[in-house]
Amino acid sequence: MATVGVRHFEHNVLVYRRVWRGTVFGTVLSPILFLSAMGVALGSFVGELPGMGGVSYLAFLAPGLLAAQAMQTATVESSWPLLAGFKWVRSLEAAINTPQTPVDLVVGHLYWLVARVGIVTGIFLVVMLIFGAVASPLALLAWPAAILTGLAFGMPMAAFTATQRNESAFPVIFRFVVTPLFLFSTTFFPLDRLPEFIQPLAWFTPLFHGVALTRSLALGRDLDVVVLGLHAAALVVLAGVGTLVAFRTFRRRLVV
Amino acid sequence: MPADQPSSEPLIRARQLTKRFADFTAVDAIDFDVAAGEAFGFLGPNGAGKTSTMRMVGCVSPRSDGSLRVLGMDPEADGVRIRGRLGVVPQLDTLDTELTVFENLLIYGRYFDLSYDEARRRARELLEFVQLNERGDDLVEPLSGGMRRRLTIARALINEPEILLLDEPTTGLDPQARHLVWERLYRLKQRGTTLVLTTHYMDEAEQLCDRLVVMDKARIVAEGSPRQLIEKYATREVLELRFPVGVQETLDGVLDGLGDRVEHLPDRVLVYATDGEAAAAAAHDRGLRPESVLVRRSSLEDVFLRLTGRTLIE
Repeated sequence: MATVGVRHFEHNVLVYRRVWRGTVFGTVLSPILFLSAMGVALGSFVGELPGMGGVSYLAFLAPGLLAAQAMQTATVESSWPLLAGFKWVRSLEAAINTPQTPVDLVVGHLYWLVARVGIVTGIFLVVMLIFGAVASPLALLAWPAAILTGLAFGMPMAAFTATQRNESAFPVIFRFVVTPLFLFSTTFFPLDRLPEFIQPLAWFTPLFHGVALTRSLALGRDLDVVVLGLHAAALVVLAGVGTLVAFRTFRRRLVV
Repeated sequence: MPADQPSSEPLIRARQLTKRFADFTAVDAIDFDVAAGEAFGFLGPNGAGKTSTMRMVGCVSPRSDGSLRVLGMDPEADGVRIRGRLGVVPQLDTLDTELTVFENLLIYGRYFDLSYDEARRRARELLEFVQLNERGDDLVEPLSGGMRRRLTIARALINEPEILLLDEPTTGLDPQARHLVWERLYRLKQRGTTLVLTTHYMDEAEQLCDRLVVMDKARIVAEGSPRQLIEKYATREVLELRFPVGVQETLDGVLDGLGDRVEHLPDRVLVYATDGEAAAAAAHDRGLRPESVLVRRSSLEDVFLRLTGRTLIE
């Protein structure tokens, strides 16, 4: 039991060791570009944030981008590469012919998301540190918060991908779910900038919880344990439900 | 584990085994046994239910009805334990094209919970066995179809399986690559590995199988060794006659009595006879002047034609 999912995780790590060079450029460059263009340049234009006690726009924005990056990475990782495992490379079909079960493959994918999102957000945090965009030592806790945000997207997406015969739904999801969430889930501006009637809706968007967590921790502000607990709980529920549904959809896909 | 498996019990036993999908029956109440050390084949055209049967035996497809025992266990309850003792070569290659040849074997060994040392040791041995030892560090991507097939076979052997399931092991390979695969499988058979394979190639079934069942439209229509099936459903020899365009249609009744049985195919006439040469001479005596005359030994192709009224590859 101790090895549930571990073998498939090892498989993904082995594949990653072959292809990681292709991902380095984007992983390092993306936070540098975003933080310098939007954090530094746009930030100097925005100036001091009203009512936030001297927090710079860079420091405000960076944790939002961190959470959004986690969402993006996990969602991508659970779309095309996962469908390849079902359909093109068929590595999941190969695995199911061994003592591995659908549960192993789902859990292995979860471990893989932790590792992959962990690498990307870890590098992001280091870049933030270099940019001086980290205000509190609690920022270290923003790392697991970002990974949890990734799981809240990656596991439901994995469950969905297992039901797909082709990749046609993926661009739609990125265009109409991931991108709008990226733009409106308080990544770039605080919640009170949105029309009042929309604000409660934010609580139903997963990225909002991720941004709230990473931002409070990175800034060391608004550290209400109950509120932070609620944000974390929302993400845990999404990741958990996604995982349970994935157990089912993986089984239906592989054992027929 | 002798407790699981009294020596009298076959390695695989299916009774009234049935697989239904939403609106059609892929496997319809078939019975078969596979004994230890045997090379057992499912012969039939595409869509006959061979792959569905293999997937049920491989414990990745629950049966809809009937009973199935594999290695003395029930796939429904003990799928994980059974799969640990099977080797599977699927119809379509499922190799990791981004990994090297060696890594494909290594990671597959890990799926069976082998230690890295043990997986490495076996991977080296198996690469030797399938004659890919020079290619261990190469990526899978540029390998030829035949090499990939041999690698897939090597991978299926990493857990030293008691039964090797092969779904159309040489479909899509050129003749030379096929012979190389056959030769390796024959070697495995000599070592005592139980082989279960599906094929729609007659020559493959004749080369490899000690015993086979002929499947058509989800059912088993005949069972026996290749020799037994040929003796039972065909004659020793076959005379193949091809006529100029338009002539074959005029031959109704003309060929009667030339052999035990006459079969009209769209492009030729088959005369089943114990002595093909004699039948050819008799045809000549009746004034028939075919474009080409061929006498050959009967094959499983003829068995299939007899059983179903159709040729295998249409």
